[in-house]
Amino acid sequence: MNRVDGKVAIISGGARGIGGMSAQKLAEAGAKVVITDLREDEAQVTLAAIKKAGGEAKFFKHDVAIEEQWEAAVKFAVQSYGGVDILLNNAGVAGAAKPLEDLSLDSWRRLMSINLDGVFLGMKHVIPSMKSRAHLWPGGGSIISISSIMGFIGGARAVAYCASKGGVRLMTKAAAIELAPAKIRVNSVHPGFINTPLLRAGEQAMNQRQEGGFQKFVDDVVSRHPLGRLGEEQDIAHAVRFLASDDSSFMTGTEVVVDGGYLAQ
Amino acid sequence: MNRLDGKVALVTGGARGLGGASAKLMAAAGAKVLITDLLDEVGAGTVAEIEKAGGNAAFLHHDVVNETGWQNAVKYAVDHFGGLDILVNNAGIADAGKPIIETTLEQWRRVIAIDLDSLFLGIKYATPALGARASKWPGGGSIINISSIMGLVGMPNAASYIAAKGGVRLLTKAAAMELAPSKIRVNSVHPGFTETDMVKNALKDLGKGVGVGENVIKDMITARHPIGRMGVPMDIANAVCFLASDDSSFMTGSEVVVDGGYVAQ
Repeated sequence: MNRVDGKVAIISGGARGIGGMSAQKLAEAGAKVVITDLREDEAQVTLAAIKKAGGEAKFFKHDVAIEEQWEAAVKFAVQSYGGVDILLNNAGVAGAAKPLEDLSLDSWRRLMSINLDGVFLGMKHVIPSMKSRAHLWPGGGSIISISSIMGFIGGARAVAYCASKGGVRLMTKAAAIELAPAKIRVNSVHPGFINTPLLRAGEQAMNQRQEGGFQKFVDDVVSRHPLGRLGEEQDIAHAVRFLASDDSSFMTGTEVVVDGGYLAQ
Repeated sequence: MNRLDGKVALVTGGARGLGGASAKLMAAAGAKVLITDLLDEVGAGTVAEIEKAGGNAAFLHHDVVNETGWQNAVKYAVDHFGGLDILVNNAGIADAGKPIIETTLEQWRRVIAIDLDSLFLGIKYATPALGARASKWPGGGSIINISSIMGLVGMPNAASYIAAKGGVRLLTKAAAMELAPSKIRVNSVHPGFTETDMVKNALKDLGKGVGVGENVIKDMITARHPIGRMGVPMDIANAVCFLASDDSSFMTGSEVVVDGGYVAQ
């Protein structure tokens, strides 16, 4: 179940974190995976793990905010593996935690270019290849975009991030309606706080700056998840794999919330 | 993937339709399945089918609005299979075709009893057994409530069904919050119109309500699913099986919408 044998996946931001784990899970389930990222060294580590487990994957260096690089990434996937069936729009940044009044337009635009433009461009450029192969699979092509619980609710000092993730949520629905006749499904995944390198990035700074430091931050965050823990990368990767597989053939335009109950309270 | 080895599941309304497909798929994934239903012969047939495929299942006659019936059903699962890990609250009726103004209080109460009271009773009586074994599994115990897209949006001439399914949606979240400390996850599934006997009859009634025939109403309803078809029971069973498995360990209080894009537009 949740197999993706013979399918080709592009995973943006696939070097590490949720993207890296999704790459491993999809490869394990039978997909050929193109990992794209700016982080070449970490991508090599993920590639090695996939190959060691008997999977198939390649790396393509790629900035999701640049349109020509999306064209090149899709071309690379088509030349390497014959087409694209699954796109995981995972690359994203959290942005600096700044109050709205201090957020520069440049910072806002930079975040939008990665978190929102990147998803638009990814969808736009995989459509032709995905369309041509959608008939091969009972569930057609599958686009999965990583939004966030912050695509539903607000957070202080995260105005750009929340706006971008809310945008991903509704862009997903618009694309789902538009691409349904072409047999391409489009769904969003909404993680709660996940134990990733992105989350741990602020550890040192927090330990120096605040009382209680990083551990207090984690404890506070955990307490907002009724299941009483942070999410793990594989929690999200399993949802991604389900949406990538033909087992979710009748799902499009939906939001899969994987948040330990954060939003339900 | 989505494996359920060693787990015990109780599926209400498990003789046929969504419940039957879920029972079969969960058995194929390794679970021991107690099918409960009012349809004894059909239920016995489903058990025979599961056993023929090498699975493990049993049938129990069970009226989901009967409190003693619930106590018996949970006891039967514990006595027969050693415990309970998964509860699929699937039994329900559709009541369509009449506007609110023509619906009697008795009709309203009957639908609310079967589609909503039954879930309250199921959660109430299954929780001790689920909690007793929750620590055995990374994902704990799992309750899956079958709501509907009609728990998310309205339509004419089905008010009691829609009210009940909306109730299921929020009952799920309330129970998810309450049961998280006991390691029991609670999620709802929201099917679009799916090819089952129940939906077939409901479509007839809906058609009568607006003065069109069975085929015309079916085409009208199918056209509201951007994917261009109605669902099939296995579409829903795949989502149920995912939520039953430890692959969804970090999901609770979530709504999994399996509707071919119906509510996204």
